[in-house]
Amino acid sequence: MNRRELLAAGAFAAFAAGMGAPVRANDKIKVGFIYVGPINDGGWTQHHHHSAMEMVEHFGGAVDFVYQENVPEGPDAERAITQMCLGGANIIFTTSFGYMDPTINVAAKFPNVKFEHATGYKQSDNVSVYSARFYEGRAIQGTLAGRVTKTNKIGYIASVPIPEVVRGINSAFIHARKVNPNVEFKIIWIFEWLNPAKEADAAKALIDQGCDVVLQHTDSTAPHAAAKEAGNVYTFGQAADMAEYGPMPRISSIIDNWAPYYIARVQAAMDGSWSSVNTWDGIGKGMVGIGEISDVVPADAKAEAEAMRDAIAAGEYHPFTGPINKQDGSVWLAEGEIADDGALAGLNFYVEGIEGSIPS
Amino acid sequence: MIQLEKRKEPSTFWIYATPLLAVLLTMVLGGLLFATLGKDPLMAIKTIFWDPILGEFAFYYRPEVFKKAAPLILIAIGLSYGFKAGIWNIGAEGQYIIGAICGASVALAFYPLEARWMIFPLMILAGVAGGVIWAMIPALLRVYFKTNEILVSLMLVYVAEVLIKAFSIGLLRNPDGHGFPGSRNLNQYSSSANLELFAGTGVHWGVVTALFAVVATYVILAKHQFGFFVRLTGESSRAAGFAGVNANRLIITCFVISGGLAGVAGLFEVAGPAGQILGSFPAYYGFTAIIVAFLGRLHPVGILFAGLLMALTYVGGNAAEAAMNIPSATIQIFQGMLLFSLLSVDVLTNYRVRFVAARGA
Amino acid sequence: MIMDINPILLASAIMVASTPILLAAIGELVVERAGVLNLGVEGMMITGAVVGFIAAHETESTTLGFFGAAVGGAVVSMIFGLLTQYLLTNQVATGLALTLFGVGLSALVGQGYQATNQVPVTKMPIPLLSDIPVVGPILFRHDGVVYLSLVIVAAVFVFLSRSRAGMILRAVGENHDAAHALGYNVRRVRLMAIAFGGACAGLGGAYISLARVPQWVDNITAGTGWIALAIVVFASWKPWRLLIGAYLFGGVTALQINIQAMGLDIPVEYLSMSPYIATILVLVFLSGGRAPGSLGRIFHASS
Repeated sequence: MNRRELLAAGAFAAFAAGMGAPVRANDKIKVGFIYVGPINDGGWTQHHHHSAMEMVEHFGGAVDFVYQENVPEGPDAERAITQMCLGGANIIFTTSFGYMDPTINVAAKFPNVKFEHATGYKQSDNVSVYSARFYEGRAIQGTLAGRVTKTNKIGYIASVPIPEVVRGINSAFIHARKVNPNVEFKIIWIFEWLNPAKEADAAKALIDQGCDVVLQHTDSTAPHAAAKEAGNVYTFGQAADMAEYGPMPRISSIIDNWAPYYIARVQAAMDGSWSSVNTWDGIGKGMVGIGEISDVVPADAKAEAEAMRDAIAAGEYHPFTGPINKQDGSVWLAEGEIADDGALAGLNFYVEGIEGSIPS
Repeated sequence: MIQLEKRKEPSTFWIYATPLLAVLLTMVLGGLLFATLGKDPLMAIKTIFWDPILGEFAFYYRPEVFKKAAPLILIAIGLSYGFKAGIWNIGAEGQYIIGAICGASVALAFYPLEARWMIFPLMILAGVAGGVIWAMIPALLRVYFKTNEILVSLMLVYVAEVLIKAFSIGLLRNPDGHGFPGSRNLNQYSSSANLELFAGTGVHWGVVTALFAVVATYVILAKHQFGFFVRLTGESSRAAGFAGVNANRLIITCFVISGGLAGVAGLFEVAGPAGQILGSFPAYYGFTAIIVAFLGRLHPVGILFAGLLMALTYVGGNAAEAAMNIPSATIQIFQGMLLFSLLSVDVLTNYRVRFVAARGA
Repeated sequence: MIMDINPILLASAIMVASTPILLAAIGELVVERAGVLNLGVEGMMITGAVVGFIAAHETESTTLGFFGAAVGGAVVSMIFGLLTQYLLTNQVATGLALTLFGVGLSALVGQGYQATNQVPVTKMPIPLLSDIPVVGPILFRHDGVVYLSLVIVAAVFVFLSRSRAGMILRAVGENHDAAHALGYNVRRVRLMAIAFGGACAGLGGAYISLARVPQWVDNITAGTGWIALAIVVFASWKPWRLLIGAYLFGGVTALQINIQAMGLDIPVEYLSMSPYIATILVLVFLSGGRAPGSLGRIFHASS
């Protein structure tokens, strides 16, 4: 290594160590967000951005807000995050699972910058992780789906086979069966989080095969459009309320609401109380919102779903409460047993009654 | 009226001048585009082309440019042989992905054995082999069934994309990954990591290999009989036939070279900057390399510079996105315009422009 | 479970899934018959998809949307036309550049239209015919563009085989030097063919963003243009064979998603590559036709 390269390497280390020094009073805090999609995707990224804007509004002029959208997961992400650090960010939220290793890598180089990684599992001294218990919302969707279906066939557009999605399918299925023992699930995996063309094709295929309720774990409104065209098919908003498709076909929704968390974490970074934490909140803390249940749902079913929502929020009911068997018929949870977070975090099997297999 | 008159020999002056002219033209057109978007065009051009090399944070960006350029140069060098001879491997992206999958599979098979002296070379061999095998499909179909190699190689890109997604959640999934997609991180496994050879320079094995490929190609094209055959076939396939060139062997050789280099580029990327087999691993380097090959006029030294320039538009472009909130799509348009400009001004190399009085017609 | 697949609905879905490919492919077929290889189909389709979406969104008329898409596709195809016909650039490289450019451009102009809603394309069941059992629901209960795509294919067939203009176009494609010597304006014929190809590709793209999805999102055509190119080769440059190719591909695509929904225990992640493998197999075993003589060659009139 020649002298110049040595200097370059040294400069980086020295520079990095100096970045993101503790925020002094009267200093603006610089908050960065890295998004995987465009900020107007109508789903995942839009809601992170929306929540971020709420956070900015909450603090008025006290925060300096920067973001970068459409950052591909992989080496480009590492550069985007580094760039933000070099630009003087004090706390950076990386809002997609695929940013996990890049976040950890950059965090090691910038020990004074604080990082918040969504949906991952790797923590370090300056990296927190946070996620939402979306499966709580799925329990409510499953209840409604089981109540409104007439064909007893429920379609499910699944995205990428990870525990979060599997939890959602299981939770919806358990609760649909609970209110309607005859329902069966038809699941299509599209291996993407947002692909309106594939989502539309999947929704149409499910409807053609007799499904009159279509649940989705993908972000676009394309399935709603397909359902609307078909007529008497029910859908649920995903990530966003998608209220423009209500009262039919959209009869309720799961809304991602990250704002309370973002406000709390930025506040912590401001007053110096920030520490690395692992957060997994649900309906109770407001991270998972349940969109207005529309009036096409029979009143008793609506009341039932709302009661379940309130019970989950109050901590009186857990969607994964035994008895629940695995797909092969073996016992997973005994009568009254509640699944622990560790088992849920790595959930990789279907419960009894679901047909097909999880892609692997 | 303007008339074009074919030159007997391509103009030497314009061969060197046109790429520069094309870059300037693109800067002007790009500047207009930025201005239309309401961004300061000079600032944008400076952020893209100047800051990564000589700006405040150049110490960070310069190595990034090298890392980004390495796969582009490797793939483009490989493609340049076929393109010279009129053999169109458009599916380098697929060969790049399969090379990465094969190379990574070797590393993951040995995990956690500590034997870098054996594992890393084996990975390189597997990467090359993967790329070559994937390239052999269109090559053999072309030779034996006269199937269009452009379309077959391209269809195989989609197949490769499906495969890497499937492997990232299936065969190669990290057993300790909490059920998430993605293999183990090869960069964190000492036997397989393609780390920087000199800290802070961005120079990893891929960069070294790219430089080696440039030099080797220069020698082959200038001195070796194969290089002569390639050039001859590109100029006239009939003449090449008379000179004793075996067209089928030439097709296969060109695909072996481009597939092998694309495969090894994929391996160095997955073991280095990317780190894991993941659905988001494909980054369209295989397609961008086509621009690089043309921008470099299918000449090894030209490709070296073109690769660095293209890497600069990526690194600088991303920086401009962040700093000036320029939409990421703009960079793609910018690259398209660069290729358009280059192809357009190329006319000056092969034709003489004549202004003649309009004939009555 | 297998009963869940309704063959009539499936056949009807295949018609819809195939329409974008069919439209783009018939345009490219004319271009290639004129001796020009335009690899920029994907770029023209995505331009059509975004222009069509915006036009329909702003005017609240899908008819105007499709019209705008055809114009948009034709306009962007003229970049390719001018470069290849006047500046004599390499057609392969120019086509690729057009795709890159089109994908970027569409993402840029479509930015404000991400995830917005669209007036639906209305179905136009054909009276009487649509009431025929089985055939009616499969063939005659679609929107106007599905019918239009079939009309265009028939018209191209008649044009190429029966009309004088079609004969000139074929002559230009077979041997441009001879056509030039006979006094035909090779360049003009080719420019018109390229514009037609652009318009058809634009329509095909808009069918995705206006009818099939209907929504705008970056990269919505997702490689359909390349499939269209493959199908032209498969069809040996013959319009009626194009129909088979397009419906075959649409069929495999629609079938694999239906198979998945049935819950059969098969590795679904591999199913999604079946359309591409099918295309390769079809290219290998079923395409025996001869390409137009001057396909992809640069024409420079020296006199």
